[in-house]
Amino acid sequence: MKAASERNGEPTVNWELRLYVAGQTAKSLLAFANLKRICEEHLAGEYRIEVVDLLKNPQLAKGDQILAVPTLVRKLPEPVRKIIGDLSNTERVLVGLDLRPRSLTGGV
Amino acid sequence: MRSSGKRRHDSEVALVSLPKCPTGIHGLDEIALGGLPRGRPTLVCGAAGCGKTLLGMEFLVRGARDFDEPGVCLSFEETAEELAANVASLGFDLGALIARKKLLIDHIYLERSLIEEAGEYNLEGLFVRLGHAVDSIGAKRVLLDSVEALFAGLQDEAVLRSELRRLFRWLKDRGLTAVVTGERGQGTLTRHGLEEYISDCVILLDHHITDTVLTRRLRIVKYRGSTHGTNEYPFLIETDGLSVLPVTSAELTHDASNERVSTGVPALDAMFGGKGYFRGSSVLVSGTAGTGKTSLTAHFVDAACARGERCVFFSFEESADQIVRNMRSIGIDLQRWVDKGLLRFQAARPTTFGLEMHLVKIHRIIQEADPSIVVVDPVTALLQSGAIDETRSMLLRLVDFLKEKQITALMTTLTSGTDAREQTEVQISSLVDAWLLLRDIESGGERNRGIYILKARGIAHSNQIREFLLTDRGVELREVYLGEAGLLTGSARVTQEAKDASDAQLAQLELERKKLLLERKRKALEAQIAAVQLELETEEQEARQLVAQEELKRNKLEQDRGEMARSRSVRRGPSESNGGSSKTRGGRK
Repeated sequence: MKAASERNGEPTVNWELRLYVAGQTAKSLLAFANLKRICEEHLAGEYRIEVVDLLKNPQLAKGDQILAVPTLVRKLPEPVRKIIGDLSNTERVLVGLDLRPRSLTGGV
Repeated sequence: MRSSGKRRHDSEVALVSLPKCPTGIHGLDEIALGGLPRGRPTLVCGAAGCGKTLLGMEFLVRGARDFDEPGVCLSFEETAEELAANVASLGFDLGALIARKKLLIDHIYLERSLIEEAGEYNLEGLFVRLGHAVDSIGAKRVLLDSVEALFAGLQDEAVLRSELRRLFRWLKDRGLTAVVTGERGQGTLTRHGLEEYISDCVILLDHHITDTVLTRRLRIVKYRGSTHGTNEYPFLIETDGLSVLPVTSAELTHDASNERVSTGVPALDAMFGGKGYFRGSSVLVSGTAGTGKTSLTAHFVDAACARGERCVFFSFEESADQIVRNMRSIGIDLQRWVDKGLLRFQAARPTTFGLEMHLVKIHRIIQEADPSIVVVDPVTALLQSGAIDETRSMLLRLVDFLKEKQITALMTTLTSGTDAREQTEVQISSLVDAWLLLRDIESGGERNRGIYILKARGIAHSNQIREFLLTDRGVELREVYLGEAGLLTGSARVTQEAKDASDAQLAQLELERKKLLLERKRKALEAQIAAVQLELETEEQEARQLVAQEELKRNKLEQDRGEMARSRSVRRGPSESNGGSSKTRGGRK
């Protein structure tokens, strides 16, 4: 799953997502599965996921200011957004990705 | 836990005696008896702006520069550029150290509003970053400044706490000596209770303002497995880093030298049993304004420099130039010693800093200059910048420090009013070994100076008051006049001495006169005797003449009578011629 890029056949990729994990832990596997599911449901054909394993590429943690693991970074569309955790709270993930308005979630 | 687990075997298990990691910070290593606990995290906490980051950075910079221990700084608040700019004023060139891979600064930025939390997480990313940074330069030291920013950036405090616990464990397992800073909280050492996790060594920084003067203090709250200084120690942020003022000796163990040093004034030496002060002793010179305290110290310094000893003169009232000029007026040229590098002046207004800061500075300068003589003129100036209790303990530290270094210290104090022994003096007098008191003696419309030794530990000293004269050849001591009128000085003494002299002269004249008189009398009597004798001789002579005349007369008579008889016997017969004839003649007539 290292640096695995998921590409749909669609030519336009509006969503560029990067998932930072540290090793193939249960949590990182869960996070990836959750992300995949949410993307398929809401962004089918419009997204690309890049998984970064920090144990293999520790220097990459600095660039996106990664502390917590797993961290999902929405590189595109701008602005950059970060969602930390195993992404099991789908509602929060959708809010974090701006796929659902913040006001409805009761605010942050 | 996973990543740290495999490193656990590296941890130092048996710590027979706790290894220390020297910080290189002035004074801190002395208080911590060698440094921070090696391979363990140390918590440095305090309010905003009290120097936590600076202490941490100095720990890293000195480690990298002086101990060849590279360091990593995880900065949660400031960027590398900001940090570099902040410490550049202390002469730390972070850029150069970073370029030489002796230092690595990783700025960790957390913006809560940009982070959505959706499910469980841990802070493995932080561990990865720190681990990577440490490995890339082979770091031995770590600064986390300030890890509490995490609490502001992340919501799940339970996770955060367990992760922090893991972080400090990880640091220990990696054998990294770490400084972790934390902001002071209400009633707790840190706002988020970091002291729960870091229990090996906790240093508290504090600052408070008294009389508009800022004083910074440092205290080691705890140090597991090691003894340490327990007091609050003042510290100073100087041009080359932090400077902590340690208590130099908790016990009175300093050597007592038998060597004596001249006071620079022969007559004063004489008062001190002919030899002067003990080397390494602390001497207090107290007196009211203008009694010549500084002049006395100048003599001492002059004599010491002439012997080739180094001196430091701390002046809190006059500039160096002013002292040099003024001392020239009493015939002491201090400038030549300055030029020779034997004498160093350090002049500052007492109000510039708090008392502690002055003492920290004094410490620093003494460490640098390594003098054998130190003058603090006046030490009272320091008293103004602190409460008396504090002052006393600070001076005690100073005196201890000087004694430990076998530095002879001359401290002057300014007393006010007529009572020479002021409260503050009493406070510090027990700390000093010798106490010289200069006092005004007012009489006959003049103010004159008197000097006496109030105490001199271990020296048989004079108990007498001497008059203290400032001449153009320096200080001179005179015997004061003690007469029926009491103690006389100045012109009163001179007058009295003159009067005494004329009295003595009069008495002498009287004596001469009496002698002369006696002589004359003797001569007169002698003359009388001579006259009488002469008279006697005359009388005798007359008497002799008389007798001779009488004899002559009688002889003549008898001769006449004989002739008469002869003539008669011629007529009667020769038988009647003698005696019978005169009888007969007489009988008949």
